[in-house]
Amino acid sequence: MQHLRQLEDQSVYILREAYKHFDNLGMLWSMGKDSTVLLWLARKAFFGHVPFPLLHVDTSYKIPAMIEYRDRLAREWRLNLVVGQNKQALAAGMNHTMGRVECCTALKTNGLKQLLENKGYTGVILGVRADEEGTRAKERYFSPRDKHGDWDFRDQPPELWDQYKTTFPPGTHIRIHPLLDWTEINIWEYIKLENIPFIDLYLDKGDGTRYRSLGCAPCTTPIKSTAKTVDDIIEELRHTTVAERSGRAQDEGRGMELLRKDGYM
Amino acid sequence: MTMTETKPSENLNIVIVGHVDHGKSTLLGRLYADTGSLPDGKLDKVQAICKQQGKEFEYAFLFDAFLEEQEQGITIDTARTFFMWKGRQYIIIDAPGHKEFLKNMISGAARAEAALLLIDALEGVKEQSKKHGYLLSLLGVRQFAVVVNKMDLVGYRQDVFDGIEKEYREFLGQFKAVPAQFIPVSAKLGDNIANRSTTMSWYSGPTVLDTLGAFSKEAARSEQPLRLSVQDVYKFDARRIITGRITAGRLKVGDHLVFSPSNKRANIRTVEAFNIEPQPTEGQAGQSIGVTLDEQIFVERGEIASHQDHLPSVSTAFRANLFWLGKRPLEKGRKYLLRVATKEVDCEVASIHRIIDTMDLAQQQGSSTVNKNQVAELTLRTKAPVAFDLSASFEATGRFVLVDEYDIAGGGIITELVHDDQEFLREEARRRDFAWVKGEVTVEDRAQQYGHRAAVVLITGGRHTGKSFLARKLEGRLVADGRHAYLLDGENLRRGLDADLSEEERGQTTEMARRYGEVARLLTDTGLIVVSTTNPFGLAYREASQAIRTLVHPAPVIAVHMSKTEEEPPPNTDVVLSGPTDFDAATARILDELKRRGVLAQAIGAKPIFQYSI
Repeated sequence: MQHLRQLEDQSVYILREAYKHFDNLGMLWSMGKDSTVLLWLARKAFFGHVPFPLLHVDTSYKIPAMIEYRDRLAREWRLNLVVGQNKQALAAGMNHTMGRVECCTALKTNGLKQLLENKGYTGVILGVRADEEGTRAKERYFSPRDKHGDWDFRDQPPELWDQYKTTFPPGTHIRIHPLLDWTEINIWEYIKLENIPFIDLYLDKGDGTRYRSLGCAPCTTPIKSTAKTVDDIIEELRHTTVAERSGRAQDEGRGMELLRKDGYM
Repeated sequence: MTMTETKPSENLNIVIVGHVDHGKSTLLGRLYADTGSLPDGKLDKVQAICKQQGKEFEYAFLFDAFLEEQEQGITIDTARTFFMWKGRQYIIIDAPGHKEFLKNMISGAARAEAALLLIDALEGVKEQSKKHGYLLSLLGVRQFAVVVNKMDLVGYRQDVFDGIEKEYREFLGQFKAVPAQFIPVSAKLGDNIANRSTTMSWYSGPTVLDTLGAFSKEAARSEQPLRLSVQDVYKFDARRIITGRITAGRLKVGDHLVFSPSNKRANIRTVEAFNIEPQPTEGQAGQSIGVTLDEQIFVERGEIASHQDHLPSVSTAFRANLFWLGKRPLEKGRKYLLRVATKEVDCEVASIHRIIDTMDLAQQQGSSTVNKNQVAELTLRTKAPVAFDLSASFEATGRFVLVDEYDIAGGGIITELVHDDQEFLREEARRRDFAWVKGEVTVEDRAQQYGHRAAVVLITGGRHTGKSFLARKLEGRLVADGRHAYLLDGENLRRGLDADLSEEERGQTTEMARRYGEVARLLTDTGLIVVSTTNPFGLAYREASQAIRTLVHPAPVIAVHMSKTEEEPPPNTDVVLSGPTDFDAATARILDELKRRGVLAQAIGAKPIFQYSI
């Protein structure tokens, strides 16, 4: 438990730095386990309040249970929920059969860029973790994005001790990653410790499958698992050697690298 | 294959550093493979990419996730990976060894609790081996082991290993760094990584994995005197919560806290937390906490809370060891933003004492710039007093970064307090404030009642520049607007309070300014906006205004400088009025500044909404 409290202290510190330094701040919430833990940590940092909007980029292809869960928590926790959608791309018929990277770029990357641009957010908090996949392992806690939302991973600013990049030229924005040091197991251990409500798609409900990572319905497949409780999940993860995002189609080949360079979360 | 033997009970951040090509990524790949810590997907993915590019698989590739980097064969940025061993979760930070990427090595090492430093047995101790060793020490990473890699390339010879150990120990000894261990390994072949080597029977020490296991969590900083850096003040509901990180020591409900440099004091009423039952009553080093106080004092981000018997230093200058990472060189006399814990303040480089060559630790004197990737000893001077510690005593409040334009461009550790000319008055203010007897009416009560906060508007400038006229006009305007303002004219002190001073003493600034400052301090305590000029001090207004500032601190001083022609205003001037003065416009500018500083609420007559948290 001590290691979870240490992770919590660090994430809370980062969230408070973000709130102090960014006038127009938003937090991305995909309703998955990570960004829900992040949301919980915001309630920790601000003593039960969430003093900035929660942003959801809705691709329209999300699993319906995720939307129900989103609206329920938004009501119960009095969240300021802002939903963005690339309506133009959807109207033009964008879907995963037109290419997975193309679809993610249009509906997620560009959907996010439109949302940030329309609302003028200068700080965006995201729940990415270093252990998810290679490109995220190289992230800073406070990571600048240029005017086009692009990430220059070759020339990242120094980040020392608890001092983060909080100043930036006009027109650019900063991505803030309070969960960078958390692992998948830490997330579940913390959900258990704090009793955080999560979507039951993560659990096996009798057919021997569950989702390990949640995304759009067509591009996310469940894994074979009989984990019916959080404890079962933690136990399962201790013994797995399968990558967490193996059920996520956009990670294949150079997918994630190309996506993230252009501003994907 | 199992990854875990027992439940993880702690995390340890380890950084791997060393000269480029000495085998850091290979060591990591080997460590993961031999402990069974690789996810299946990852190995397959990297092997497939290798096959596609027609090259032999290497362990190093696992950690160089970007394809571009694999093509160049060097790690550009710090990558973090995780593995579990014997109940401990290791967060491994792979830092680049190429000197072009020193800022990334430093970013990686600054997060670490322990380090492995790699040296190639064939190449021996190289430039970056030394630089990284020195920087680890500067960054405060005291636990580290030296791994002598590629022993297979030197026929596993003990004399080669001993030679490197001797040379490198001597180098480290110059700045008193002592490694936990020297380990001869071959990362490529797996000797002494997870498994003991069968080819180096002359070595009986621990393997790399054993060494990691022997690293301990950071020393218990909770046994030190208390340091709580104020991060923010929240008022989301009825509670007014001071938040921050305890960087040293511990606190509990009922403790008497002193905030430096403002010298404000109050007792802890509660420790606040969300979803923790029962509500905590104490906190210790490492925690990000929130407390409420028994009194509504105004404290700001950047102050350091401590107990009264162990106060941090306060000054406007300190000496430091700094490494510079900026694209443009650090220059003497240039302005930078200094950040010490949560305090942010403008500063300039007062002097660069010497540049340190990390190759041989020779010292070059007399430079006026510090170039990228250089280390230097220098003195920084800040615009306002800062609370800090020496890094030898307190890590977190004894180090700092400098921001150049938008980026963190350098960092360092504070080695020495530099006494400034305000020290005597600051000490007087500290003693006075600690013993200050308060009534039942608080500063907040007065602010709510008056609709504004206390402040000093201090008008400086030479003779006949219109200072008195502007001061009178401003006082009139403030009172007409319903503010509580008072014109403190120096002449009234001269013939009364200063009547006991000799003619000689009146000719000197020191005592006159001290008395003037103490009167202003009393008036601000009544909640007034004090309007004043430096007229009684004649041309010594620069010295006098500094003294007044020190004595009325932390009440805001809005400094206005008037001159007939363009001239350099005193440091920290807020409003510069040169040439013929339009007094109405000047008054309006000062009112704007009072609003900007949160002294005046935005709208007259409306309920005061202060721009900063109260």
